[in-house]
Amino acid sequence: MRDQGAPTRPGFAGSTSPASGGGDCGDGRLAENIVYFARALRAAGLPVGPRSVLDALEAVKAAGVGTRDDFYWTLHAVFVKRHDHSLLFDQAFRIFFRKRGYLEQLMAMMVPQVMTPMTETPKPGSARVQEALFSELAAKLKEEQREVEIEARLTVSDRELLQRKDFAQMSAAEIAAAKDAIKRLVLPLDQVRTRRLALDRRGHVIDMRRTLRASMKAGGALIDLKYLGPKTKMPPIVALLDISGSMNEYTRLFLHFLHAVTDARKRVHTFLFGTRLTNVTRALKARDPDEALAACSSSVLDWSGGTRIATSLHVFNKLWARRVLTQGAIVLLITDGLERDPDNRLAFEIDRLHRSCRRLVWLNPLLRFEGFEAKAKGVQAMLPYVDEFRPIHNLESMAELCRALSADGGRAGDPKRWLPRAA
Amino acid sequence: MTHPSSPGTPIALPSSIDATSALLSEADYLADRSLATVLFLALKMGRPLFLEGEAGVGKTEIAKVLSATLGRRLIRLQCYEGLDVAAAVYEWNYAAQMIAIRLAEAEGGVDRDRLAADVFSERFLIKRPLLQALEPDTAGAPVLLIDELDRADEAFEAFLLEVLADFQVTIPEMGTVKAAHPPIVIVTSNRTREIHDALKRRCLYHWVGYPTAERELGIVRAKVPGVAKRLSQEVVHFVQALRKEDLFKSPGVAETLDWAAALSELDAVALDPETVSDTLGVLLKYQDDIARIEGSKAKELLDQVRAELHAAE
Repeated sequence: MRDQGAPTRPGFAGSTSPASGGGDCGDGRLAENIVYFARALRAAGLPVGPRSVLDALEAVKAAGVGTRDDFYWTLHAVFVKRHDHSLLFDQAFRIFFRKRGYLEQLMAMMVPQVMTPMTETPKPGSARVQEALFSELAAKLKEEQREVEIEARLTVSDRELLQRKDFAQMSAAEIAAAKDAIKRLVLPLDQVRTRRLALDRRGHVIDMRRTLRASMKAGGALIDLKYLGPKTKMPPIVALLDISGSMNEYTRLFLHFLHAVTDARKRVHTFLFGTRLTNVTRALKARDPDEALAACSSSVLDWSGGTRIATSLHVFNKLWARRVLTQGAIVLLITDGLERDPDNRLAFEIDRLHRSCRRLVWLNPLLRFEGFEAKAKGVQAMLPYVDEFRPIHNLESMAELCRALSADGGRAGDPKRWLPRAA
Repeated sequence: MTHPSSPGTPIALPSSIDATSALLSEADYLADRSLATVLFLALKMGRPLFLEGEAGVGKTEIAKVLSATLGRRLIRLQCYEGLDVAAAVYEWNYAAQMIAIRLAEAEGGVDRDRLAADVFSERFLIKRPLLQALEPDTAGAPVLLIDELDRADEAFEAFLLEVLADFQVTIPEMGTVKAAHPPIVIVTSNRTREIHDALKRRCLYHWVGYPTAERELGIVRAKVPGVAKRLSQEVVHFVQALRKEDLFKSPGVAETLDWAAALSELDAVALDPETVSDTLGVLLKYQDDIARIEGSKAKELLDQVRAELHAAE
């Protein structure tokens, strides 16, 4: 039964399916439904281009319409390009082909049939997929919130003041000005040597290919040596940002900062954590900072709650560290270190994090206080394992961080300065 | 299924999902339906297959099995950071080129254009795996395994785009080399970083997960035939129970096979807590994980496995 081959009935020739222009995949309703299904997947957030739709038609034709399972995996093979999309696909497939055993009917009869629009209230499933499938309105509902534009031009002395003012004490207008300043910040341009070589006059490896080509210009009489040297590039940055209640005043501006960094260099991964860990890397890739932040906040469920640093780090170490901490990554851990339930797990997890990255920088807004002492248990547990310990509470410290990342840390951020006091 | 392949007539590709399953199991590779489906489609549609999954679930093995059962040549490209065109695609034989230039000089009356065309001809080309895979072969197009792509840096992915999309390579000095029969391409990744969408788009994608207990038992019996029935059952169920634990690195199928082989070397017929603790290093590769499981936890898991097996009997 499975090997019956793709159904091709002449009765489908008149189909107005959007795919009928894509070659000889005139499988009528099935083709049309695959196109609709692809559209639904796209709306649910899977990157499904027209190429994949044509592939799907070809794949269904190649595999033949057999059991429901085979049909499922056939479409899965073509449409899913990331492991985490598997779940969305599964839900979309279930919802789309659920209607009155629609798929079974299709496969049994291959008779043209009007696809009834699904207007009934759907059973609970993934909100994202449901929304994509059933409400055309969803896209239109996207609010166009215009934030009140605040005059952000300041005099020189105002600007100086702004540089040193704590983010927590800023007014709305000052925050707007700070956002502006962040946009203009000179971002870190640290470079690491890669194993790749590039043309370099002062290099030590002879580039035979270029050398030969250059010598050919003179008919091979002169050999003009060309050299290669190691190529450098910016290492990836991984930011772990605490969004618990105690960090409330800072998170928004830090996100602006991280957005600016993400915009400027390719490989930046951002994770937010409070009681649970959320990856917001894709959300921060949006060009407009406000759009990016809105996307961030919609994907996070634990804004301004408690902190579980150890638990969050454990999840990061287990699920993400091996995926994002390659090629000499720098980790920026932004937290006040006020762990809700400190125990020896925190030291264990931060130690593992430290061992799996090139440089671990802890940014703590609490360091702004003159008499800061590493007294909190969480801080004591974490300090021995970080490479650098820096304040981050105003624009000046942000700029300082950028400079520190560009160069080698130096003494200023040495965590050992704080440790004797703690003892 | 195995046709003795007479030279010049390649073994035909499987014609259905069932035939693909059968082909793999011929070489003791037990694939689940989803993997057989995606593999069949990749072969049928002539698309590269992109396999992602944890280490030790049999991604690389698929390419080897395909090459063995279809009688095709296996060309393997192991990726690493800094891998470049010279090591992956082609390189010019500079020494030979130099000699050619010197000879031309010695003869006198060097025509520059002719010399350039001469020196950059196929005679002086050293073919690396990707270019080799595009060459015709009497046994049918070869199987090209691009292993652990995530270990190469992003810059290398760009080299692959042309090869994977059109099965061709452009050499600036010579022109474009296109495969008459596209190779069977298997790309694997351990997901230590995300591969760019542009590359994934050109492939069929599949996530290779851990097998079910039943399938894993089949794999152990096929691959390590000497193991006692009871031991193999216990081994598989113990490993399956381990994967539910909160470990830094769960054991893959490769570890299960190693463990079964190790235990059978030790002449064990059934698991006991001491043997488990002594041989845990075969299964778990992180000291923290071993420390967690060793001793009482291992005993607890073992009791649980025995109870399960007892109930099933």
